[in-house]
Amino acid sequence: MSARTIIDKIWDAHVVRAETADTPGILYVDLHLIHEVTTPQAFSELHARGLKVRCPQRVLATLDHSTPTSPPDADGKRHYVSAEAESQVARLEQNCREFGIALNGWDSDHRGIVHVIGPELGATQPGMTIVCGDSHTATHGAFGALAFGIGTTEVGHVLATQCLLQRKPKTMAIHVEGRLRPGVGAKDLILHIIGRIGVGGGTGHVIEYRGSAIEALSMEQRMTVCNMSIEAGARAGLIAPDQTTFDWLKGRPRAPRGAAWDSAVEAWRQLRSDRDAVYDAEFHFDAGSIGPTISYGTHPGMVTPIAAQIPAPRNAQESKALAYMQFDGGQALTGQKVDVVFVGSCTNSRLSDLREAAAVLRGRQVAASVRMLIVPGSVLIKREAEAEGLDRVFRDAGAEWREAGCSMCIGMNGDIARPGQLVVSTSNRNFEGRQGPGVRTVLASPRVAAAAAVAGTIVDPDTIEERAA
Amino acid sequence: MKPLTVIHSRTACLPFENIDTDRIIPARFLTTTSRAGLGRHAFNDWRYREDGSDNPDFPLNRPEAAGCRILVAGRNFGCGSSREHAPWALLDFGIEAVISSEIADIFRSNALKNGLLTIVVAEDEHRQLLADPGIELVIDIGAGTISRPDGAVIHFDLDRFARHCLLNGVDQLGFLLEAEPEISTWEQQHATHSTSMESAT
Ligand code: SF4
Repeated sequence: MSARTIIDKIWDAHVVRAETADTPGILYVDLHLIHEVTTPQAFSELHARGLKVRCPQRVLATLDHSTPTSPPDADGKRHYVSAEAESQVARLEQNCREFGIALNGWDSDHRGIVHVIGPELGATQPGMTIVCGDSHTATHGAFGALAFGIGTTEVGHVLATQCLLQRKPKTMAIHVEGRLRPGVGAKDLILHIIGRIGVGGGTGHVIEYRGSAIEALSMEQRMTVCNMSIEAGARAGLIAPDQTTFDWLKGRPRAPRGAAWDSAVEAWRQLRSDRDAVYDAEFHFDAGSIGPTISYGTHPGMVTPIAAQIPAPRNAQESKALAYMQFDGGQALTGQKVDVVFVGSCTNSRLSDLREAAAVLRGRQVAASVRMLIVPGSVLIKREAEAEGLDRVFRDAGAEWREAGCSMCIGMNGDIARPGQLVVSTSNRNFEGRQGPGVRTVLASPRVAAAAAVAGTIVDPDTIEERAA
Repeated sequence: MKPLTVIHSRTACLPFENIDTDRIIPARFLTTTSRAGLGRHAFNDWRYREDGSDNPDFPLNRPEAAGCRILVAGRNFGCGSSREHAPWALLDFGIEAVISSEIADIFRSNALKNGLLTIVVAEDEHRQLLADPGIELVIDIGAGTISRPDGAVIHFDLDRFARHCLLNGVDQLGFLLEAEPEISTWEQQHATHSTSMESAT
């Protein structure tokens, strides 16, 4: 057989029926993640046709998007943003009961953002096909899985048949060599990459991130990188599994054990792309040339090094984006007044992200003019952070320490900012209105976000650390 | 899904690049559990002013855009979230076809599954269509052609299966369900595959 990429290998291993010019292929799905927002209409379809869920044990369900992040009252009452949001959650609870799906619901330690709990449980494993009615499913690619977002009609297809109708995507290699500088993390790297290849640059492709700088990343950092593949237009992004992956997975609740673990690792080692594998497109980056990077416009491709000036608009689109952001070309981003800081989302809500924010906040105060929300990705992460005392660091600094969920990443649960406010956010989308109508979003790493909370303005975290020293 | 063969309509244009699905339907309207009635919120934050009245500057609010079923939009239409509420909202709003020079993958897949035609045309054809809102087009799905009033014809590619499904109103779930024996056979042959999932706690 000719040399294959990891993408080809995973694809080939899941083809139930090969595609032809007339029909797409049928692809088997190993793991299906579901949440309350993109499933009700799919379950209704199953109902209407009298169908069952084919493999309930391959479905991992949770509540994350519409859920309040304020704690419940003493009597257990939760403060939903609307009766509709509450009934959407109730609908998933009911659908799971009715169709025999185990739900990581309100009483579970593993309730949380769907892309955080899959890995945390060890349900996300190398070589798998993983789908979810959510575009950030690419996050799971960090484990060497082929993971991508689907629509609600397709959620129904997978529930009913465990399969999808698909045509094979094109492959793209993004090589990152060298070493990231101290204080520069995965978020800076992926923002930089999207800025270079553009928000449509990956359309039709699955990205494999590779090279020495990628291999040096922790699993959490790899998840941050793969998570934002969709922001470059790619449906999926992945990283070949290696010892870092295996060490992280070993012993997790759903990971294989004993002899099954050994044979799984053996199989996972075969997934790496063959040496001579050919990609449809390739890009090269030098990790050492990247600094702290943030967005300044209204899509994640409009990014700049934090210390640089806002680029002058090159066309009407960019002028419109800058007008929305109330920024001018040539202005410095540092010094811009910040109203809200959000640390959370499937991009940056894991324990390492919280530690990164805490390292900046420890012994400091959030500026009086700033509201800061810190939202852990899952109930388990919340507990772990509290066991380390991170919650005290956040509370002492004047930040709000919330319950797990998507929160201000999408603002569906009522966690939003006011029109015109500037939010520095560790999430993945700075689209107009994403965090509330008229809200201006700047995407950044947890370190940059925490520094902005302390300064009350966008600030280069290197300078704030010097000041304290 | 009802069969769709020819779309004959004037165009409405949104000459902006990267129109994401949060623009098409903001997240706060996704708490619904039904697919009906989302057209009211299509392009909500562009379409309405803060007091709820129509924004007269929004191209689709102009009188000449009323009733248009063909939307010509800037490059990379439908990027961002995978929400199928986006094509549901557009269809409910009355749009039957979207034309652009680039259409995001998941949006395109969702749209075609719901009978919303997505067409990708070359940059220069795209530029001309965007520059000329309100022209009368005839889209022939079977032939893969867009006919302009001046007689010019643009040919477009469409995945053969998507075309077949649109023309015949084929239900793709039905197609998959018919593959049940093959899926079962595949599962039996790949039994080891599922061991780790079955030991799930
Ligand atoms: S955190 Fe944001 S991007 Fe991630 S799943 Fe939730 S809403 Fe989607």
